[in-house]
Amino acid sequence: MAEKVLMKGNEALAEAAIMAGCRHYFGYPITPQTEVAAYMAKRMPLIGGTFLQAESEIAAINMVYGAAAAGKRAMTSSSSPGISLKSEGISYLAGCDLPALIVNVQRGGPGLGGIQPSQSDYFQATKGGGHGDFHLIVLAPASVQEMVNLTFKGFDLADKYRMPAMLLSDGTMGQMMEPVSLDVDEIKQYDKSSWACTGTKCEREHHIINSLIIDPDELEKYNFERFERYAKIEAEEAMHDEYRMEDAEICIVAYGVAARVSQNAIDKAREQGIKVGMIRPITLWPFPKAALNAAADKVKTFISVELSMGQMIEDIELATRCKKPVLLCNRVGGMIPTTEDILNSIAKANSVGGDK
Amino acid sequence: MTDKRITVFAGHYGSGKTNIAVNYALKLKEKYERVDIADLDIVNPYFRTKDSEKQLEERGIHLISSEYANSNVDVPAMPAEAYAITDDLSVRAVIDVGGDDRGALALGRYVPSIKEQNDYEMLFVINKYRPLTPDCASTVEVMHEIETACGLKFTGIVNNSNLGDETTAECVLSSLAYADEVSKASGLPVRMTTVKEDIYGEIKDKAVNCFPIRLYIKQSWAKQEEDLWQK
Repeated sequence: MAEKVLMKGNEALAEAAIMAGCRHYFGYPITPQTEVAAYMAKRMPLIGGTFLQAESEIAAINMVYGAAAAGKRAMTSSSSPGISLKSEGISYLAGCDLPALIVNVQRGGPGLGGIQPSQSDYFQATKGGGHGDFHLIVLAPASVQEMVNLTFKGFDLADKYRMPAMLLSDGTMGQMMEPVSLDVDEIKQYDKSSWACTGTKCEREHHIINSLIIDPDELEKYNFERFERYAKIEAEEAMHDEYRMEDAEICIVAYGVAARVSQNAIDKAREQGIKVGMIRPITLWPFPKAALNAAADKVKTFISVELSMGQMIEDIELATRCKKPVLLCNRVGGMIPTTEDILNSIAKANSVGGDK
Repeated sequence: MTDKRITVFAGHYGSGKTNIAVNYALKLKEKYERVDIADLDIVNPYFRTKDSEKQLEERGIHLISSEYANSNVDVPAMPAEAYAITDDLSVRAVIDVGGDDRGALALGRYVPSIKEQNDYEMLFVINKYRPLTPDCASTVEVMHEIETACGLKFTGIVNNSNLGDETTAECVLSSLAYADEVSKASGLPVRMTTVKEDIYGEIKDKAVNCFPIRLYIKQSWAKQEEDLWQK
């Protein structure tokens, strides 16, 4: 294994993108993700890549569209308000079946909100974040190491399924420093020659990247085809991690920073003899429905721990078909649930809940 | 420890300047009546000296920082009070500068007075385990960028090579050759080798001017579990 280095989450994801073959980064500064752009500004010129600070978030996402249409691995990053501005472009990427990675280092909202961490863009990331019927692959890192691994994974899945992917991080993950190994998998190459706009040299038909489809029959066909792909992704690509679930009677569901605090709370509750474990979604879309539904037959209660007003809890209830009660433990606006907050919810969950 | 009245800590982004500055100010306070610490970081809005304001004041160390620091108002403003560092000759001052050349720009405003008084030490904090400064050449390049940005020359090096929570004695020992190389290339002495308290015993006889440090500046989600100020 290669020697470890000490990195900020934002730097780690930027370096991972470079290692994944991304040579085209288009960004615009916003706290708490600005280190991504700063890192790219330093590194890209040294390796023959392009770093471009666009005039706006909207311009940046459309530059990603252009680079992706040319078959290149392209990326942009922002934080919550900036992602809203990019939403139109993200829908266009989805409508053109273009692969790209979009990074959201979330901060508190709505509106301009604040600069402290949040997970309140869950709906935006997993339910659209733009108009039309489409999905993004949404990856949720819970450590600086996962910032690296999931950035790699994001580029790979985006190319594999020809669709945009999002790394859904937050201010804590972006700003925290941890030792990481940059020893990652080999880059898989995907053949883009059948669609990428690389110049015909008068030797082939034009490739056209376009989301304007006037004929309703045809537009419907494209939508159906895209959702066949989505069904395959839901069946094959959902990822999650389990912590102390073997004999758990209470199941915490949490991702990102919420999962880290939850892990500490679980250890403390276990010391008090409460059987609690955690299912940590790593992909938020596709959501790990099967794992949660299976857990619903074993545990008596779920707790959704989130830095939002109860967003992921809806997916937990859907995935488990409401077989067991789901409690909400949350802080918002830049606040993070404390171990004590979660322990209180665990105690409550222990006293309610149906028969096992 | 230095005899100079002003000690400036500058270096690459994330090299550990803030935590060292806090530890160093606490050490100075054992010897001197009046110690000020100035947070000139205009780059990083998250982890800063301001996080430790209450604890520093309790120990009689005065913190000078922007009124916007940690208010979540993302305004890179400089504190007017920072002029006290150069104007008040009765105070021992520690200056915590923001990372890289961008952070060092802010120091420039105070450099003419610092130079004129010529009673300062400016220490270059280095960490071999940061990915953009893994070797001598890249580290010295960052050093020159910072000097150019602020207009002040470094006078010494602080080897703070570490891997966060995973730092072992071996990590630090294998960074000594790197620090020596940076020292030779820059012509600056290694003034300190900073190590976590738990491995200090293993390092102290093997490295120059070993200085034990506590990790006071931590992520907020970790801070709630481990309040080192209590110990």
